[in-house]
This record gives sequence, C-alpha cells and structure tokens, in this order.
Amino acid sequence: MPDVQALVNDFVLKLKRRKIEGSHASAQHTAELLRSVISHQRMPYTNQAGALIDAVKAVGEQLIAANPVELAVGNIVRRVLHIIREEDLSSTATAIEGLGLSAGSDDDDEGQHEDRPALSAAALAAAARSTLRAPSLQTLLEDIPDSAAAPQPPSSGGDSEGKSKSADKNIRSRKLKHDVIEAINELIQDIDTCHEQISEQAVEHIHQNEVILTLGRSRTVKEFLCAAKEKNRSFRVFVAEGAPRYQGHVLAKELVSKGIQTTVITDSAVFAMISRVNMVIVGAHAIMANGGVIAPVGINMVALAAQRHAVPFVVVAGSHKLCPLYPHNPEVLLNDLKCPSDLLDFGEFSDCMDFGSHGGSPLLHVVNPAFDYVPPKLVSLFITDTGGHNPSYMYRLIADYYSADDLVVKRRSTS
Amino acid sequence: MDLRRAPRTVIDPKVRQVGFVTPGAAPPPARSHSVATDACSTSPPAPDLSLPGSSISPVMIPPPRHASADGLSSLTRPAAAVHVPASPLRHDTVQIPIGSYNPSEILLGSSPMISPSSRLDAGSEFSDEVPTSAWLSRRGSGKFASSFPASSGEMMAMKTTGGGGGGNTPKSSLTTASVVKTLPGVSEKDGGALIEMQNEGTSKPQKQKTSKAERRAIQEAQRAAKAAAKEAGGVKPSASSGGAIPALKQGKVVKHSPQKKDGPQVTAPVTTSEKKVVDRLPEKDRKKDVPHPRMQFDDKHRVEKAKRRAVVNQSEARNRVELFRHLPQYIHGTQLPDLESKFFQLDPMHPSVCKVGLQYLSGDISGGNARCIAMLLAFKEAIGDYTTPPEKALVRDLTAKISSYVSFLIECRPLSISMGNAIRFLKNRIAKLPHTLSESEAKSSLQSDIDRFINEKIVIADKVIVRHAVTKIRDGDVLLTYGSSSVVEMIFLYAHELGKHFRVVVVDSRPNLEGQALLRRLVAKGLNCTYTHINAISYIMHEVTRVFLGASSVLSNGTVYSRVGTACVAMAAHAFQVPVLICCEAYKFHERVQLDSICSNELGDPDVISMVPGRKYLNHLDNWADNENLQLLNLTYDATPSDYVSMIITDYGMLPPTSVPVIVREYRREHLWI
Repeated sequence: MPDVQALVNDFVLKLKRRKIEGSHASAQHTAELLRSVISHQRMPYTNQAGALIDAVKAVGEQLIAANPVELAVGNIVRRVLHIIREEDLSSTATAIEGLGLSAGSDDDDEGQHEDRPALSAAALAAAARSTLRAPSLQTLLEDIPDSAAAPQPPSSGGDSEGKSKSADKNIRSRKLKHDVIEAINELIQDIDTCHEQISEQAVEHIHQNEVILTLGRSRTVKEFLCAAKEKNRSFRVFVAEGAPRYQGHVLAKELVSKGIQTTVITDSAVFAMISRVNMVIVGAHAIMANGGVIAPVGINMVALAAQRHAVPFVVVAGSHKLCPLYPHNPEVLLNDLKCPSDLLDFGEFSDCMDFGSHGGSPLLHVVNPAFDYVPPKLVSLFITDTGGHNPSYMYRLIADYYSADDLVVKRRSTS
Repeated sequence: MDLRRAPRTVIDPKVRQVGFVTPGAAPPPARSHSVATDACSTSPPAPDLSLPGSSISPVMIPPPRHASADGLSSLTRPAAAVHVPASPLRHDTVQIPIGSYNPSEILLGSSPMISPSSRLDAGSEFSDEVPTSAWLSRRGSGKFASSFPASSGEMMAMKTTGGGGGGNTPKSSLTTASVVKTLPGVSEKDGGALIEMQNEGTSKPQKQKTSKAERRAIQEAQRAAKAAAKEAGGVKPSASSGGAIPALKQGKVVKHSPQKKDGPQVTAPVTTSEKKVVDRLPEKDRKKDVPHPRMQFDDKHRVEKAKRRAVVNQSEARNRVELFRHLPQYIHGTQLPDLESKFFQLDPMHPSVCKVGLQYLSGDISGGNARCIAMLLAFKEAIGDYTTPPEKALVRDLTAKISSYVSFLIECRPLSISMGNAIRFLKNRIAKLPHTLSESEAKSSLQSDIDRFINEKIVIADKVIVRHAVTKIRDGDVLLTYGSSSVVEMIFLYAHELGKHFRVVVVDSRPNLEGQALLRRLVAKGLNCTYTHINAISYIMHEVTRVFLGASSVLSNGTVYSRVGTACVAMAAHAFQVPVLICCEAYKFHERVQLDSICSNELGDPDVISMVPGRKYLNHLDNWADNENLQLLNLTYDATPSDYVSMIITDYGMLPPTSVPVIVREYRREHLWI
C-alpha cells in the first residue's frame, strides 16, 4: 500500500510543520486517513481485528509523534481503535449467538463462551462494551451476570474467531472491515456535525439580554452564539481579541454579520469587564480526562476572573476533543511556543536576542506560548455534542469513547 | 500638677477612643497619643511654663475659657500627638529615639506599646534606613519636614528635647510648622497655647464624654484647629493639621472666639475679616471631605452646558458602548487639528498650558507622574506670566484662571487622580496666600510651592520608594512588571546598580505596548529580560517570585487604580501565590472609593484596537464603525481589588492595602501646610 504510506507521510509532514491547525481540522484529516489505511489493509484469515489494530497503531504512532500537542489526532486514533474492538466484539457476539441458537449446546468453542448462550444479543453487546470500560457504577446498574461481565481480553475475540468455522469466516472478515469503515464514516460525520448538536443546546443556556464574554475565536462558540441568535434571543457579546493571533477580530466580524451586538475589548480589559458579564463561553483545544482544559492562551486568565466574580465558565467542545489522558504539567508539556516575532518586531530587538553577543545567552527572551491549561475547578460546565457535563464527569464520558487498552498508542513488539 | 494630671489621666482613655477611630492603624496612634499627652503633662519643665501661662489666661467666662483652653491645649498637644500617630504608620521605630530621649517612667513604659505598631513587616524592616535618609535629605527645610516620614520623628525629638531643656517645648514644634509664615505672634502664641494647655481644667473630660461619633470628633477638632489658627494668625495650616488628627473634642472652641480676642498677646494682627472666613470654613471643610461626584456624561443637561463652555470642538464617537455612556468619548484626532488652528486665538489660555494640553491629546506625555509634572510646570510658567487685572484680587482671579486651565486640560484628556491632587494643592496654596504679600511675592511663593511639590512629592518620594523596594529584591529573583511604570523601572535599575542578580519579566498588552519601551531601556542597561504578552501571564507566572506594579492611584478602600491589565496580572499572581507589590507615591492616593472598573474610567481611542501594528493582514475590523452592532472598547484603567495586593510601597513606607485610608487622611492634613 504505497499510496497509503504516501498519504500518511504527507499528513505527518503537515502536522510537523503545523500546516494543519485546529483540533477540528486535524481530527477530520486523521479520521479520513485512518479510514483509507483500514480500507487498504489486507485482511488475514486469523486475528483480523488484531491486524487492523496493529495497522492503525502503526500509523497512529507516527501521527501522534508528529505533533504531540495536537491531542485531537491521538484522540481520533484511539477512537478508531476502539471502533475496531467494538465491531469485532459485536460480530463475535452475534456469531456466538448464531452458533448458540443453531447448534444448541454442542458448541465446540472454547469454554469461556459456553456459559452465556442464553443471553440476548443486546445483553451480550452491553457485556462486551462493559469489558472495555473501567469498572463503574453504571456497570453495576446494568445488572449483568458476573460471568458475562467477566473481563475478556479483546484479542481473544480474534482468537476465538480464528477457531470458528471457516464458512463464517469469510463473510465475517469482510463484514468486520465493512463495519469498521462504516463506523469511521459515522465518526467523521460526527466530527463534522458536532457544532450543530452543540448549538442545539444554545437556547437552554443563553437567555434574553445575556452578556457573554469570549476570548479568541472558536468555531464552536460562533455556532453556539449564532444558534441562540437564530432563536431570536437578543444578547450582547464581549470578544477579547486574543493576542497574539487576534482571532477575536474575526469572530467579532462574524458575529456582527449575524446581527449580534458585539463589543471587542483588549485582553487586558477582561478583568475590568467581567463584573458585568453573565457567562463566559469559550472553545477548547482539548479536554483532559480530569476535566482540565487545554485552550488558547489567555483563557486561564479569563477563567480566574470569572471565578472571582462567580461568573459561569462554560466550555463548548465537540467530543473529538475529549482526551483520555491525564495532564501532567500541561503548561509546559502540552504547549507550543510560537514565534517571537508575533510579539516583538525583530528589526527592533534582534540585537538583544542574539545568542552570540552576551556570552551565549541573550539578554532578552520572548515567550509566546500557544495554549493555556485551565484546571477543572475553574470550569463550571462542559457542553459537548452529548449534552452538558460537569468537569468531574469527564472521565466517565471518556470511558464511553475509548478503550482502556489504547491509552498508550504503541505497537506491541510481539503479536 | 496633681490637678492637671488627674484630668489628663481621665482624658487618656478618651484619646484612645479617638485613636480607634482611625481606620487602618488605630491602635498605634492611640497609644502614641497617650504617650504624647503623658509626655507633655509629666515632663518636669512643663509645669514651669504653666506658671507664667496661668497669668495670661484670665478670661471673662470661666467655663468657656476652660473649653477654649482645652482647644488650645488640644492644639498644642495634638501638635505633638499628630506627629506621633503619623509616624507609626510611616516608620514606627522613628519614635524610639523619643522614648530613649526621655527616660521618664511613662515614656519608657510607653515605648513597648509603640513597638507593636511596627507589626507591619515593612515598617519594622525599613525603619532603620529610610527615616534617616529622608531625614537627612530634608533636614535643611524644617518647615517642610512635616510632609516626610522622618519629620514626625524629628519634630517629636525636637519637641521633647525642648521640653527637657526648658519652656520652649511646644514652641519648637509649632515653629517648625509655622516657619513659612514667620509671623511675629507665633512664639507668644505658642507660649500661650502651652500655658493654656497646662491650665486646662476639668471641663475637658466632660466634653469629651459628649462627643462619641468619630466624625463629630474630627469636625470638632477641625473647628478647634481653625480657632487656633485664628489665634496664631497666619499659622492656620499648621494648626489645623495639628488639631485635626488627635481630634480632641473641645467642641466649643470656635464659639469662644471672644476669648481669643481678649487675649491680645495671643491673637495675631490678622483679625476680623479672617475670623469670618474661619467661621465659615468648617462647613466647607466638611463638605470637602466627601469627594465631589464626577461629571456623568450620560446626563444630557450637564453635558450640554459643558459643551457650551468648551474650548475644544469635540464630536462624539460613534458606536459607543452602552455600559460606558457616563464616560466621555470623542472621535480621536478631531480635536487636535482644531486646537492647533486655535493655538494663537486662545486668549485666556497660557501658551505653556496649551502646549501641555496638546501633548496630552496627542499622547506625547503619558504616565501619571509625567503628566502631573508637565501640568505643574505649565502652571508655574503661567503664574510667572500672570498679572492681576485691575480691581481684582489675586487670590480670586488666579484661582479662576487655574480653573479655566484645568478645564481646558480636562477637555484634552480627563485628569488623572494624581493631577487632581496636585491641582487641589495648588489651589489651596493660592487660597492660603496671605493678603499682605505683594503680587510678585505671591507669585514667587506659589512658584516655589510648585517646585517643592514636584521635588518632594514626586522626585524624592520616588527615591524613597526605590530604597524601600530594593530591599525586597533578592539574588535569583524573577521580577514581573506590567506595562511601564517609571518607579518600577527606577527600582529595577537601582537594584541592578547594587549588583543584585535578578531577571525581569516584562508583560505587555495592546494597544499601547508601553512595555516595549520599558524593555528597550532595561535591556540597554544590561538587565536580563523576558518579554511576553498578558495572555501568557499564567504561563510565565510559574517562574516569577515577585510582581512589581505601578499605579495611577490608590483609592482609600485599598483598590489600586492602574493601567488596564494590572488587575489581571495581580489576579494571576494571587492565584499562583506570588506576592504583588504596588509602588505608588503617596500624592496619588485618593479618598475616593471604587469597586469596579466601570463606574469611573477613561475611554481611549477605539480605532487603535482595530489596527494591529506590524500586521497589515489583520484588517478584519476595518470600517468597523459602519456596523452599528459592532463596538470597540479601549479602556485605559482598571481597578485591582485590594485582596490581590500584598503590599503597597509608598514614600511613607510599606503598608498593607488596609492602611491606605490612614495615609489618605494623614496626607490630606499634611497637604494643607507643606
């Protein structure tokens, strides 16, 4: 599959050069790339899911390494892995069910499946999903027999499949690939339409005469506000311009074109204005598993100001921004330092920044980080395409989307 | 002696009561008060004085006389006490010499009481160096001494030593205050005052009982001060400043003016006319205590009126932000050409004032100190060229002139609070000009007043602040500053000169990008700098150990009114547990209070927001004014809540924000008589 490899290389290069920016774009590109990887993957007779997983992991590893700060890429890789596992499990489950119904109890499959032929397909699927999740209250509530919920190594599905009858195999192998691609298509569509689903909730959160503050530009925020406006809510928006990218200017222009009362303020005036603001709505770069947010630089300042004045701090983000990792020192490790020329004119200060002049270390350093980390205690609410959630619920939401085995995307040296 | 002592001991608790009234540093002043009074009463020489004094004080009606005597005594005693309470705030330990000077039981006993006042780390730390330096620098000018931290100590010392030496105890303190006027009656009056103080009868305690509320006490004290001033002739300022703080309650002093008339030795030549003025003054003063409400620009009626008077043609900006209707906002650039064309027609405007106005308008002069100095220098020049028109009084006419200049400057750019304070000072000086002075004398006295204000309140104050602040810089520190503050820059440079190794983080923000100029100057001096913008504040704050910020003004609820963005920086520092040190000269303090940044602020030119310098492709907001839904807001100041501030470094020392009202109060008193 040279063509796929070329695509991967191309994408890796773009990521490395930061040609693709923004979590939405990179998520979409990643999903499309993985789809073509899977569709070009030749399926072996045994352990098909394992092969797919390995292929995806191989590509995913490269992509993540290309831009570790762009967490959406890793998220999508993990989502795809999760999809493969789920599809595999459910196809196994249906196969077992079929076997159980047709062949009765003379099934020669391995013993671990024998004790649950009577379960319904739905229960099986639930059980299969539950094996991928961290143990939680919900698992207990679903009332599944212990035996069914017993941990089942995902790869064993492939193994068992390999042992099942060859007549089913062909059909199922083709079906697996097909199903996975279908699911990935769904994922891509989800990423595309997450704005709509989020903005549907806008009317529940924005009331008449509300004063809203936002910083920088986020497409999700824009759609969210516009949706509220379309429902004939009239409200006022303060847009902090978001130096050094000044994307706030763009957002202001877009909002004004929709007829929303917009006021552009400098970033430094955030604290001054926040006392008159009813709600802060911002977009995010990524949402971490602890409920912390990686967001464009400056948002932590806004969050602190909002907390000081007890203003709700709402983060709107599509589910592709949910990252299953817990942040450690995110300000440094999950950050990008941008070009100093955004802040200082090189012509004016280049002599001071010269490493050659003052014994190796220049007198002047310029710090221009791209992201801020907002700790979960400063966030009041997350609005995702699945509804509103507390920061403390994020870990649970993440368990729905990711398989616990994929948190570290690395090819196993063996198998 | 016994008689005298008894009432005083009774008084002491009362005095303390008054002391509690002082908001921030109540306990220390109270203690020092009592100490002072004790010192007066118990020091052996005092009685000797009182003996001659008693002969002087035969007054017609005994009870009032006592009252008046109380007033006088309160005057003199306060004169001692005033300095004392002031000093603990500034440099507590300055007083220690006093204690040491007088080994007498009471003082010794009291000195430990004083020491608690040095609870402020700052105060205790600094007391050694700062006071001495200030003192030394100021020593030559005894009359100004009162305005400085050390002066209180100095005066106290003088006084006490005087007391020890003989009868001139009070005189010395009073004379220091009154040297300015050098009135003939001073010494006599002092003597009389002291004497009367000694004589003061038992009536005082009763009166004190009657006065409960602090406000009332202060008013009465003011009245007492006025009366004393009347007596003293020209010495009024000193007296008032002296009398106000201790706020002893000799309520009736004013009414006892007959008594003063009776005492011919005591009263100065200036008589009835001034007395009337004095009588009216208390009312005015009380009103003055409350700052005037500022002009609200959403009040159409008043705006119309103001417009009719305006020199500058201004057109209201379009697309104004609803929230800020009460603030003036004009289209930038429309005023300048208009003014320039009028440059030669503005008869009433002095050219130097006009020049300064234009500089404000174009932004050539910015920064609290720079603007204030420019304005004062312009006024000085204008005063130099001033001639009193025939049939007009200099005092009235010049005040009106200055007022017209000020309103012109306001039209160019709203006044900063520091400028307001300076103007108040100048008008006060004009109003207090003795009628006896000739025009040229009056002018030169005003000009020297202005010079003194600039020198003492700004230049030397900055030096004192730098001395204080440098002690807070240690090797290896990472110091953060925001925007460009002249004092903070001086601190960094001085610390660098001292050979301290530290790194400076300059945080900047649009639209002014003042930090770049500061950065340029610091780097040129060889300081190690890091530059970033305000959005990255939480990124950079991890490595910062101290935050030094300048201020446009410090309001009496501890709010720091400063360049917009300061609050964000202070907030981030607070969140990361980094100490925030505000450096601000005491003349910028103001008794106004403010809770948010919206009620009073200044609106800058909105157009600068739409243009990002050096980024031509960022032109999304061109022609923004065409769309009525879009507004740009360019705030100039914001208000930092006091709980984000760890310490305020001022020329009086280093204090917590809760002590600001005390400084404001003390300063205002002092203000009257420098």
